[in-house]
Amino acid sequence: MKNRPPGEDVDNIVQLSQAEMASADWSDLLGRLAVKPDKSIYARLFNHFAPRVKAYIVRLGVAISAAEEVTQEVMLSVWRKAHMYHPDKAAASTWIFTLARNQSIDWMRKQKYPQYSLDEWSETACESGQGEQEVLSDRVAQAISQLPEKQAQVIYMSYFEGRSHGDIASRLDIPLGSVKSRIRLATEKLKQIWGGDEYEH
Amino acid sequence: MNINHHLDDATLISYSAGALSQGMALVVASHLSICPQCRERAEHSDAVGGALLESLEPETVADDMLASVLTQLDELPTKQESVPVTPIVMDPEIPAPLREYIHCPLDQLEWKRIVPGVAYYDMPWEGHGVSRLLRIAPGKAMLAHTHNGNELTMVLRGSFSDEVGRFCRGDVADLDDQIEHQPLVDSKVDCICLIATDAPLRFTTLFGKLVQPITGF
Ligand SMILES: [Zn+2]
Repeated sequence: MKNRPPGEDVDNIVQLSQAEMASADWSDLLGRLAVKPDKSIYARLFNHFAPRVKAYIVRLGVAISAAEEVTQEVMLSVWRKAHMYHPDKAAASTWIFTLARNQSIDWMRKQKYPQYSLDEWSETACESGQGEQEVLSDRVAQAISQLPEKQAQVIYMSYFEGRSHGDIASRLDIPLGSVKSRIRLATEKLKQIWGGDEYEH
Repeated sequence: MNINHHLDDATLISYSAGALSQGMALVVASHLSICPQCRERAEHSDAVGGALLESLEPETVADDMLASVLTQLDELPTKQESVPVTPIVMDPEIPAPLREYIHCPLDQLEWKRIVPGVAYYDMPWEGHGVSRLLRIAPGKAMLAHTHNGNELTMVLRGSFSDEVGRFCRGDVADLDDQIEHQPLVDSKVDCICLIATDAPLRFTTLFGKLVQPITGF
């Protein structure tokens, strides 16, 4: 993350055209919103993310008739929960994705998707030391686009259609084990981005 | 706490994608709440979701949505999240995500007996698979079974062993239809597990087949 001196923010930001914004910049913006409520910053985030949130939740299965309402709810929660966002923990797109996922599921199932938070069980909780998450997110996108077709397919069916392993298996007419091994293979490739054989399952 | 058995990558992706049943997601969230290793992996799975969100062709949203949202912002409280859901009991034996549904110590639940030494407590929702707490007495075995789909088990108290290994408090057994197993409780106390399947279990013994209609598995 670039450290700009305080005060130099809004004027400089609005000069950037949206197309030039990399994901790190969106994370930077959301990080500013986390520190201080600011409608002009919020409006920029809204213009970028609201149309994508809507595209996502419609794919996931929220009815078209409700998509505007759910999108609005998600974007309102971006404002309401902004203070909980940490730019060094997740990219803005990742954080907004989880809000959109949770609220779509809550809406579709009329039930809260079980979420985790820190628990007293984990006395040894190591705060993830990765300070460059938002920079990495561009590489995640690149890595996904380079996945072999069969692996990309199961990833898309999971994230964009919310299909379970069993559901994907019957759709593709392949065994459950094949669905899982395709997902595992895709994960292995993506793991290289995190420099990650530090954890072997 | 020393956790030896973790979630499968495929399960974490499915959780992050919002593709798990309520019961499976509850087991995953419960394990994540106590396992820093899996939590880091879950964050990576969420980053996949973030990248995919960013990659989507934007949909048109109503012209007046931003204006409407902006007028609502002033009415919203920011700093404090409405009212944080304060759990009624802070029983450390119960992982935080489970506290939403279990409001008393595990011993005070209304356990339903299946056979002597084996009891269950169902989660309050309907679904294709099973979502329940299982309580099994020392020395007892669960019925040998395979699965048509995935099965997730998290140990909350005691321990059991099966063909895969030994599972203690916090461990999660993440199994699919490749495995036939018969977990045996090897702790001195009852073993209590949170369990979920995304399809009915398939018992492999005659006795199991006979009790299947009764147990509702
Ligand atoms: Zn784990």
